[in-house]
Amino acid sequence: MKNWKKRGAIIGGGLVVLGIASALVLNALNSNIALYVTPSEVAAGKSPHGQAFRIGGLVKDGSLKRDNLTVHFIVTDLAKDIPVSYTGILPDLFKEGKGAVVQGKLEANGNFVASEVLAKHDENYMPPQAKQALEQAQAGKDGAKP
Amino acid sequence: MIPELGHFALILALCVTAVLGTLPLLGAHQGRREWIVLARPAAQAFFLLVATAFGALAWSFYSNDFSVTYVAEHSNSKLPTMYRLGAVWGGHEGSLLLWMFMLSGWTFAVAQLSRTLDDAMVARVLGVLGLVATSLLLFILLTSNPFGRLLPAAEDGNDLNPLLQDPGLVFHPPMLYMGYVGFSVAFAFAIAALLSGRLDAAWARWSRPWTTTAWIFLTLGIALGSWWAYYTLGWGGWWFWDPVENASFMPWLLGTALLHSLAVTEKRGTFKSWTVLLAIGAFSLSLLGTFLVRSGVLTSVHAFATDPRRGIFILVLLVLVVGSSLTLFAWRAPKVALGGSFALMSRETFLLAGNVLLVVACGSVLLGTLYPLFIDALNLGKISVGPPYFNAVFVPVMAPALFLMAVAPIARWKHADAKEMAQRLWIAGAVSVIAAFAIPLLMGGVTLLTALGFLLAFWVGGSMVLQIVRRFKAGVPPLSFWAMQLGHLGIAVFVIGITMVGGFQEEKDVRMEPGDTVLVGGHQFKFNGARQVMGPNYEASRGEFEVSKNGSVQQMLYPEKRKYFSSEMPMTNAAISPGITRDVYVSMGEPLEGKAWAVRVYFKPFVDWIWAGALLMALGGVCAVSDRRYRLRVKAAEAARITALQGATS
Repeated sequence: MKNWKKRGAIIGGGLVVLGIASALVLNALNSNIALYVTPSEVAAGKSPHGQAFRIGGLVKDGSLKRDNLTVHFIVTDLAKDIPVSYTGILPDLFKEGKGAVVQGKLEANGNFVASEVLAKHDENYMPPQAKQALEQAQAGKDGAKP
Repeated sequence: MIPELGHFALILALCVTAVLGTLPLLGAHQGRREWIVLARPAAQAFFLLVATAFGALAWSFYSNDFSVTYVAEHSNSKLPTMYRLGAVWGGHEGSLLLWMFMLSGWTFAVAQLSRTLDDAMVARVLGVLGLVATSLLLFILLTSNPFGRLLPAAEDGNDLNPLLQDPGLVFHPPMLYMGYVGFSVAFAFAIAALLSGRLDAAWARWSRPWTTTAWIFLTLGIALGSWWAYYTLGWGGWWFWDPVENASFMPWLLGTALLHSLAVTEKRGTFKSWTVLLAIGAFSLSLLGTFLVRSGVLTSVHAFATDPRRGIFILVLLVLVVGSSLTLFAWRAPKVALGGSFALMSRETFLLAGNVLLVVACGSVLLGTLYPLFIDALNLGKISVGPPYFNAVFVPVMAPALFLMAVAPIARWKHADAKEMAQRLWIAGAVSVIAAFAIPLLMGGVTLLTALGFLLAFWVGGSMVLQIVRRFKAGVPPLSFWAMQLGHLGIAVFVIGITMVGGFQEEKDVRMEPGDTVLVGGHQFKFNGARQVMGPNYEASRGEFEVSKNGSVQQMLYPEKRKYFSSEMPMTNAAISPGITRDVYVSMGEPLEGKAWAVRVYFKPFVDWIWAGALLMALGGVCAVSDRRYRLRVKAAEAARITALQGATS
């Protein structure tokens, strides 16, 4: 085979691989990204519909209720509260009054059904998303005051 | 006093590396012998000084010196001695010192084990390592000094994060860092070769054992980390596509590509530029990993430090390393002679294709890891990219790479005959197709992924058996042959492990009262209740479970839920009954009303094959490094040099 032909074949092959990989990546990114939303945004109806997303915030003190393996609690940014339910075992560091991130879907009745609860850090660690949600809500309150 | 000594040693080390990073490089450039010979003693001094600093910090932990801030933050007088040692790298400052200790160790090893390499080359390699060391020592001394004092001294320490109080902490980080940092040697060899303009087979031969050694440690380090996450923490998975896991996995992918590419460069003299780029890439990704972990930009189990200065420093360093090496590459690479030519159908092409696939896989992981950061930096909102993304991209990219793994070793160099290869491989093909359907059917159901997994595993394994049978006809094969076979066998074993776990694991979260039983994966678990037990620095509720199969009791399992005194933090200790064909896994969730507990029960078929596969791969690496050919060649090179010298003087 001629040299230029071979080079062409190698470059062409490389481009095909890249093309397929990019298609895979884009497709996977499209369907597998979870958006972070704050409790205030959920309350304002700004969360994605019919799609899984994540809420970051604090687990409200005194809101944790157990019903066998299903737990109910409230995630708050101190401005708005979102009721969450989750069936399964909570991570060790899940505690009332501490930060947590939940992933799942919002039901029509406003209840958030979590498929995953993330709180696997040390006790003083606050997930940045939870922290930001609190800061945003705080800024919103301050801004609302005259 | 001891901490000050450590601090002082670290400052001296900076002075030494500043010399090591400049004079030998200049000397090699200008042919000044007195500067070239500085490299080895400077490298030795660098190692001794950093070892002193590291020893000083370890001593401060051992002697519970809570007047050192870092010790007070990460240790406690009740902490068992083993974990006090592990706590040295249990936080940000100490883990960077460990990084530096590893780098000095690698530098020292290069200085000691390169007696036969010519002095100018050694000076360049050590000089580049010196430059890297200088920048990171500056980083440690300016932003992350582990020896800072706390006045007045704390009465007792804050204690080590309970998640880290595990033998895993003692072994996982040093192994991983050893591998991570080891790629700096491959990088230094590549840069030295570019600087000298001698990018030849000899360079590849020198670089190969170092790269392989680093790769062995990285493989073991990642596997240990994965095993740690599996058996402790009660997470039950073996890989989470956590950003920090990805940070160690990306250099591994490029490092694997580099190993193969270096082999071609050594044997055939081709792929030189590609090899150099891979060496630069592998080390840059190691630095990127350090940045991701240390900057706190990511939500991750490993991200314990959040200080923006630190992140920016490493980011600048990363840009400098990548920028300057690529500039050097662009300047020097056109002068690199092309190697031997090869046909489109040849082992070279298959290896190149495999390499490209590894790089693409690495790129897709990189994209998934950094994408949330970009989106956030552009103020487009906050997102997370989860495991489904990585699985959806990684499997289709790696599947053809695994396919090629069976084909490439059969193909001839330069020009391969497709017909001959087909004649040799058809048995492997037939066996793998049968296995792809038969095994999942026996296990309880064929899915696309399980069929693909077994197809590829048996395809790779089958090809391996055919190669071994054929090779034995020509006599007992050398170690380098076994190196490749073990490495590829490791992949096949690993693929069987992940296919079995992915396809046939069973997981149940249940509420159990004493006396309750639950059936998972053909095993019956009976809960006998939980009681309180005391540990050295914690108290625990220990559950008792009776595991039986077909009515006969096989084993008792005792998972624990611990509460550490110092931090009041709960911690799950899973109990596992391991086996070659399956693990059963019980972990305690939380106490419910009365004596009932929420309990998680797993059945994981063939899960240990995942780590066995990694172990086999590492073993293959060990075979590659200890191949006689290297030692013979070293001797031959020495002999050639001596005759040349004698010829010159007579």
